[in-house]
Amino acid sequence: MPAVTRFPARAEGLADRMAGFVAHLRMNGAKLGPAEAADGLAALACVDALDPARARLALKALYAPDAEGWDAFDDLFDAYWFNAGKQRAGSASTHVKVQSAKPMLWKGHLGEEEGAEEAQSEATPEAGGDGEEEAEGSDGRLIATRSQNLRKRDLRELMDEASLREAEAVAARLAHVIRDRRSRRRKQALRGRELDLRRIQRASLARGGEPLDLFHRTRPERPMRLVVLADVSGSMTVYSRVFLAFSKGLMSADTSAEAFLFHTRLMRVTPALRDHDSLRAAGRLSLMAEGFGGGTDIGGALTTFADQYGQILNRRTLVVVLSDGYCTGAAENVGLGLARIRRRAGRIVWLNPLKGWANYAPVAAAIKAAAPHLDAHLPANTLSALAALEGEFAKL
Amino acid sequence: MSDYHDMQARLAATGYMAGESLAMALHLAIALGRPLLLEGPAGVGKTEIAKALAQVQDARLIRLQCYEGLDASHAIYEWNYQRQLLAIRADGVREEALFSEKYLLRRPLLEAISQEAPPVLLIDEIDRADEEFEAYLLEILSDFQITIPELGTISARARPHVILTANGTRDLSDALRRRCLYAYVDYPDKAAELAILKARAPELEPRLAAQIVTVVQALRREDLEKKPGVAEMLDWAAALAGLGVNDMAQAPQAVQATLVTLLKTAADQGAAPPEVIARLIGKVA
Repeated sequence: MPAVTRFPARAEGLADRMAGFVAHLRMNGAKLGPAEAADGLAALACVDALDPARARLALKALYAPDAEGWDAFDDLFDAYWFNAGKQRAGSASTHVKVQSAKPMLWKGHLGEEEGAEEAQSEATPEAGGDGEEEAEGSDGRLIATRSQNLRKRDLRELMDEASLREAEAVAARLAHVIRDRRSRRRKQALRGRELDLRRIQRASLARGGEPLDLFHRTRPERPMRLVVLADVSGSMTVYSRVFLAFSKGLMSADTSAEAFLFHTRLMRVTPALRDHDSLRAAGRLSLMAEGFGGGTDIGGALTTFADQYGQILNRRTLVVVLSDGYCTGAAENVGLGLARIRRRAGRIVWLNPLKGWANYAPVAAAIKAAAPHLDAHLPANTLSALAALEGEFAKL
Repeated sequence: MSDYHDMQARLAATGYMAGESLAMALHLAIALGRPLLLEGPAGVGKTEIAKALAQVQDARLIRLQCYEGLDASHAIYEWNYQRQLLAIRADGVREEALFSEKYLLRRPLLEAISQEAPPVLLIDEIDRADEEFEAYLLEILSDFQITIPELGTISARARPHVILTANGTRDLSDALRRRCLYAYVDYPDKAAELAILKARAPELEPRLAAQIVTVVQALRREDLEKKPGVAEMLDWAAALAGLGVNDMAQAPQAVQATLVTLLKTAADQGAAPPEVIARLIGKVA
């Protein structure tokens, strides 16, 4: 339900109400400044502003930021101009969002902060024009500290939308680090940054020594391709949503990345994860998700991958395995499968959610079998651990 | 005061059926002199809008197709190096004269702002271009001027009507979105699509037109990789008309054979076997 500001009693004329409307949109997440309020008046001057339908269309074209904002605008418009929204109770709407993002079971851990927050929202004046700005500011600070907190929490507890989005963003950054590889050599190019003097000179002989044709050269990009193999078996259930978001982020960086899920079988989920429509993507994934949360056969999955999809691997491929290494199949198959992938792929990285735990030792048979074939075995139990991978990946 | 209905009617006269919100966005873009960003699925006629607008405004259409790696020398201007070199050798031209308009190669953006009459500038698929280029575009879209170090700043003589289109390949920056008006163009509903088909193919049998639109609308609700757009729908209509089909139910083979104009991937063609199409047609008849 969108938040609504009541018309302040002192609001006079269209300009004041317009400013109020912009503030109302801003409170609901739009990024609008004072210049936009003036634009709004200019836009209304171009149409018959007394007709609500026209005013709505005009302001929609002006203020909707993107496709989502476009759909949400009508509700926000009604909420403000027709008082159809829900009344805000004391504090700003962002506040409520954070509350709902936090599972109830954290209450005990965040006791102190909770108290501080109460005090602040009480101190917030009721819907006064100037007070609102302050309330927003303090909310901003609260979110910042909370997100710090999120980053250190074990991924098992992160199931809400915000942290999934953050996992996706972290992964997208990682993917960029991995992808941006430049060759040290120079190659001739139509539009490079440098002139290719040798070729220019050679070609100038035909023109009587005039360097008439210019040739360029550039450092070609040699992007790494990413292949993600994510474990969605029973022991990984608690992590699988975050890892799915993480895989989705990794996929977003370039179009050649591939993603697979495995439990007892291996499934290619690249098209589903690439779907921009997240709702439809979730639908497609859930169709494929039979067997989510069952047993795992890591070795079998790796062998199937090498058999069926081995041809997508090359020396510039980074294979990322997301798994805890608990496996019901034969452990030696894990080693064999990885060895086969190893021969074709550039790098293999194993991200293990258990590895970040205090006294973790790689005793699982599958992990032991895998160890000799890995370039890196890294922890992936918190968002900050995932973010810290950036440095590790840059070195690979 | 001209109104957006006026814009809608004039667009309709060129054969473009614009929805309410799109017509309003275009009307405002022209009235306020702001760029208009259009988003929406492929094949809903985003590029076509610019062409229709150019026709309505009786203006020249200048098009910049964006792609990965598009740079300033392709989009804005470039010095004609060979000509400069020849001029030095042949005529002994002095240095100051070398960097003059004579040796400047105008690319679409510079071309657009140096027109006498306001042109329509279509920046197509802006999300394919790199972020650096998007940043470059900001100066042009807010001030309508281009700075050439050797020549100075060139300001627009007439403000171009700018239309940007995006397909959602990547997210656009907030700075760019802030400068633009926005309209989301979705697939037309049944009535609107029928109107489009009537406007574009007036000679088509009404019953066939209704069948075409119903089947295409139903196909869009299926889980396809590439949903058929308006352009595909028109192609299909042309194909069926060309084969002399007057009623789909009478010519299932022709319908199946012409589906290639609608479904462009192997998976999608597999998803629409003859029985499904027959069922869809059966609903109309």
